[in-house]
Amino acid sequence: MADTAISSAAILAALATARPASGYWRNVGKRLARDPVTIAVSLVLLGIIFIAVFAPLVSTGHPYDGSVLHRLAPIGAPGHWLGTDEGGRDLWTRLCYGGRLSLLAGIIPVSAALCVGGGLGLLAGYIGGAVNTVIMRVMDVFYAFPSVLLAIAICGVLGNGFGNAVLALSIVFVPPLTRITETVTAQTRRLDFVEAARASGSTAFQVMRHHVLANVLGPVLVYATSLISLSIILSAGLSFLGLGVTPPQPEWGVMLNALRSAIYVQPYVAALPGLMIFATSMCFNLMSDGLRSAMDVKLNA
Amino acid sequence: MFQFAVRRLLLAVPVLFGVSLVVFALVHIAPGDPIDLLLPPEASPEIVAQVKATFGFDKPLYIQYLLWLRNALTGNFGVSIFNAQPVLGQLLIALGNTFTLAILAACLGFSLGIALGLTAALYHGRWPDKLCSAIATTGVSVPNYWAAIVLVLFAAVLHAWLPAQGIWPDTASFFGRLRYLVLPVGALSLIPMGVIGRFTRATALEVLSQEFVSALAAKGLTRGPILRHVCKNAAPPVLALMGLQFGYLLGGSILVETVFNWPGSGYLLNLAIFRRDIPILQATVVVLAFFFVILNLVVDVAQAAIDPRLRR
Repeated sequence: MADTAISSAAILAALATARPASGYWRNVGKRLARDPVTIAVSLVLLGIIFIAVFAPLVSTGHPYDGSVLHRLAPIGAPGHWLGTDEGGRDLWTRLCYGGRLSLLAGIIPVSAALCVGGGLGLLAGYIGGAVNTVIMRVMDVFYAFPSVLLAIAICGVLGNGFGNAVLALSIVFVPPLTRITETVTAQTRRLDFVEAARASGSTAFQVMRHHVLANVLGPVLVYATSLISLSIILSAGLSFLGLGVTPPQPEWGVMLNALRSAIYVQPYVAALPGLMIFATSMCFNLMSDGLRSAMDVKLNA
Repeated sequence: MFQFAVRRLLLAVPVLFGVSLVVFALVHIAPGDPIDLLLPPEASPEIVAQVKATFGFDKPLYIQYLLWLRNALTGNFGVSIFNAQPVLGQLLIALGNTFTLAILAACLGFSLGIALGLTAALYHGRWPDKLCSAIATTGVSVPNYWAAIVLVLFAAVLHAWLPAQGIWPDTASFFGRLRYLVLPVGALSLIPMGVIGRFTRATALEVLSQEFVSALAAKGLTRGPILRHVCKNAAPPVLALMGLQFGYLLGGSILVETVFNWPGSGYLLNLAIFRRDIPILQATVVVLAFFFVILNLVVDVAQAAIDPRLRR
């Protein structure tokens, strides 16, 4: 008798402190706070974002100002601590400003594809049947193209420009995000608590909002973070080919391409824009890994 | 098994049909008429009409699509708008060059990836795991076109060890040809190495956590035989991913090919885009996508052959 009293009191106390709604995310936060790699990587990313956003404050000049007289100065040259590019423009300044378009080209396509693909995936996974068949078979067709090929083909046909590159990449990322959302949604839908919610009279929207979405969001966000890394590499690659952002706009891919012929003159300066692409994409990948283990997500995509 | 293979083949047909439709539509959402670039603006309407008729641009879209599809099915992709040579011949040569790169890069990347992944899984949580995981994550994060430039910088500019770009002359010996392959293959193998390394690690860890591994150890098996069991169980999913990665190598080599001026299918596609050479563009994209679909199919069937549970 005393035992049951104690245990039910313990349960009540546990319920009072646990607060089920925020418990999961609080645990995720605790696990992230104990992961030094993820913390370090987030700080580096914040630094890169800070430099890009406050480019006018942290940079030492204007991104378009330069003189051919000072072209291809080495690293450590007076007034240009990272050297100058093929037009004599300060490389540090252009790297700062270049981060703006490069980061946006990483984040916008994934966010857009997350809205479209996530929505389609939820519909396909939750409703099932004919809706699922139609959506997923259309996605199969787009899955038949390797992602780089599809991005280049779309962008090549639309013509160059930042907007077209973003559009092409958004189209490329819709199928994988649809597929992963569909898989997780279909798995969640079959769980008992969803069944229970439906049996107790929740509407489809309520079930979707409170039970399905809450469980689908984690894995999909983890996957999307790793896609940002790919998106940064691909968008810079499009510009590198001359399909995305056009010179003289500062963007890491364009700058890498413009400095490509300078590797015989200033090899280390020429490698810098690529180093920024690499560092940023590595950070997003490591952050995705950290989130994945903190959220205990298993992804097989 | 045979039934499964046939069913899977039939499923690929509508996908291939959809692919052809997407590629055809892609060209026609393009702003501007491809003819405008071929002729000077002051060309008379008769000449414009004549050129349009030559390339078949005067017919309604669905007729154009059906004609293109019929010809493509028989291997006739028309002639290049740029140099009036048959598309198929140029495409085959380019594909051959790309296959050479892709196969070598796949061999190198997959073996390195498996070695990294297995080492990481066997030393889970200790320093070899951290080192191998870091190398694999670097492989997936590094833009391979930049890695290509850095390789050129190191091996061709700072030290004149290897040719910086291009393909071998016809007279080159076997070793002379190998010298041209080292840098592009190295750059291309980074992504497959990283992807396969990370996936092998995850798959092997999952197998290692299963009860039969503890049973094997309890039975007194040493590390070697246990490793053999782990490999056999981890192989099917890793093989499947290898198939996909090979497809990505074929279709995604365009950036590395551009850095090395390697006359492959990616380079051809790049040229076609800038010359607005529609027949070459369509043919390259559709053929690469075709290979990718076929690869997926082969992978699915091979997986089902290894693991009968997948023959649903």
